[in-house]
Amino acid sequence: MEKSIGIPKRRRTLRDQDVRIAWFLIAPSLLIILGVTLWPIIYTFILSFFVAPTGINQARTFVGFGNYLSMLRDQAFWDTVKRTLYFTTVSVTLELIIGLAIAQLIHSRPWSWKFLRFALIIPWAVPTIVNGAMWRWIYSADFGALNGILFQLGLIKHYIPWLTKPDTAMNLVIVADLWHTVPFVALILQAALAGLPEELNEAAAVDGANALQRFWFIRLPLLRPAILVALIVRTVEAFRVFDIVYIITGGGPANSTITISYLTYLFSFSYGKQGTGAALSFIISIFTITMAIFYIRFLYRPEETQ
Amino acid sequence: MKKPRKLLRELGLFLLTIPVYLFIFLPLLWLFSASLSNQVELFTVPPHWIPQHPTLQNYLDIIFPGMAASSVPRTFAVALLNSIKIASAVTLICILLGSLAAYALMRIPFKVNSMIFIGILGTRMIPEVSLIIPLFIVASRLDLINKPIVLIITYMSFALPYAIWMMASFFQSVPIELEEAARLDGCSRLGILFRIVIPISIPGIISTTMFVFLVAWDEFFYALIFTSTLAAKTAPVAIAEFIGRYAVNVNGMMAGGILAMLPPVILALIFQRYIVSGMTAGAVKG
Repeated sequence: MEKSIGIPKRRRTLRDQDVRIAWFLIAPSLLIILGVTLWPIIYTFILSFFVAPTGINQARTFVGFGNYLSMLRDQAFWDTVKRTLYFTTVSVTLELIIGLAIAQLIHSRPWSWKFLRFALIIPWAVPTIVNGAMWRWIYSADFGALNGILFQLGLIKHYIPWLTKPDTAMNLVIVADLWHTVPFVALILQAALAGLPEELNEAAAVDGANALQRFWFIRLPLLRPAILVALIVRTVEAFRVFDIVYIITGGGPANSTITISYLTYLFSFSYGKQGTGAALSFIISIFTITMAIFYIRFLYRPEETQ
Repeated sequence: MKKPRKLLRELGLFLLTIPVYLFIFLPLLWLFSASLSNQVELFTVPPHWIPQHPTLQNYLDIIFPGMAASSVPRTFAVALLNSIKIASAVTLICILLGSLAAYALMRIPFKVNSMIFIGILGTRMIPEVSLIIPLFIVASRLDLINKPIVLIITYMSFALPYAIWMMASFFQSVPIELEEAARLDGCSRLGILFRIVIPISIPGIISTTMFVFLVAWDEFFYALIFTSTLAAKTAPVAIAEFIGRYAVNVNGMMAGGILAMLPPVILALIFQRYIVSGMTAGAVKG
């Protein structure tokens, strides 16, 4: 593409005109995006320094870092952070491992592989809330499919109230989330696998590398960019999980599935403490924006667009 | 000697696909079966995997007001319609405005375009929960709560950056030589966009359209906060409302779930060949 240096004089005017057109084309989108993202995030940041009771005309008091400090001293906050990190680490790790396994399986062209790839689209396209509602009923203590199937197979003697146990509830939410997200990772990685040059793999086979060695030393390094994209996108999404927790457990039992987004929601809209909610949500933003910087550095290469 | 080994490999691989199929389809079949069960069969121990008296009553209850005698809230059809309206409006605006912005950012060199582009990419990562309080305050002041327009506007916060990012990566693959040739022939910038770039990028635009529609359809958080009446409530909110304070309306939730998943699933299956290119270009809907 043309560079700004060395443009002949007569084309300058064309270039000025171009810049005007560019602004004209970008302006509508830019104004909307500034209005619904940049302005609110600044407002949220400012609000996080105030005690702000929910309600339109409530008086606000400036408390400096008070909201942040009181949160950092609150054990419930740290428990929530731990839970959110647990959810994020476990779900993203499993998604990548299972997703990669399914991608490799499709790539090996088993019978019906095209249908398998087609079928994976369904759970990915099912709305999160429907997914959550479905698993909520599967886990149901009295009439759910999980109890039904385990009971009929003779694996359990009595029905188990899965979602009332703090230690199992979070893991069950993760399983439900996997149903929706593994297909996404599998489809991305499968596409990446399909795009790899086969020659390397064949050459290694000729040199006597077995299937596992070929996968580990040749495919996996080549897949790194695709894996990284999936990893970052999924980490950001998982860290701010809300919908599926809301629908399956509503944060319970005994607060054992309350994640940071959920806690923010509770502070802002149930406990009537918008200042604390704002401080919490800003912490989430800092985390996701840090991830975003990695993501952008990785995905956005200016030399390709300039 | 090679033949039986090859056959064994085929068989082994096929056996590996079975757990994947089961994981995909068992929950869906259970959901479907539950949506066709009556109240009695739904609450049996052990469960009736296939309803002995399949019925469409659950669907009728939530779609046609006044047709059934049950206590199911007959509001689901309205919520579905709201979802369709809102997701379509969001998609239309995003494609129209987003394609203009994406083209300018990708193909017209000016000083700050890479900065704007990075900024737009960055906003995609901001969680909704960090934007909700100010948006809620303004929406209440302007009396926009419970109106579809508030969702159409707020959905822009994730849908528009997403659409721009996706279309930018599709526009990028249009050969620059074509554009240069058109410029030499005296074609204007807008002429190039509408006569060359957009027609060539039709598959990418289809892909973007589908993805934006899906994320807008999927959205729950804004809808939960901003809507509670039938005037704007979306299908996901209506499904969540089947969970009452004391009891869950399972019949309604299952039938509602099937209905709410049909539009995105059908769209995704029809346009399946655009999905993976869209995923790698956009990679955002988790």
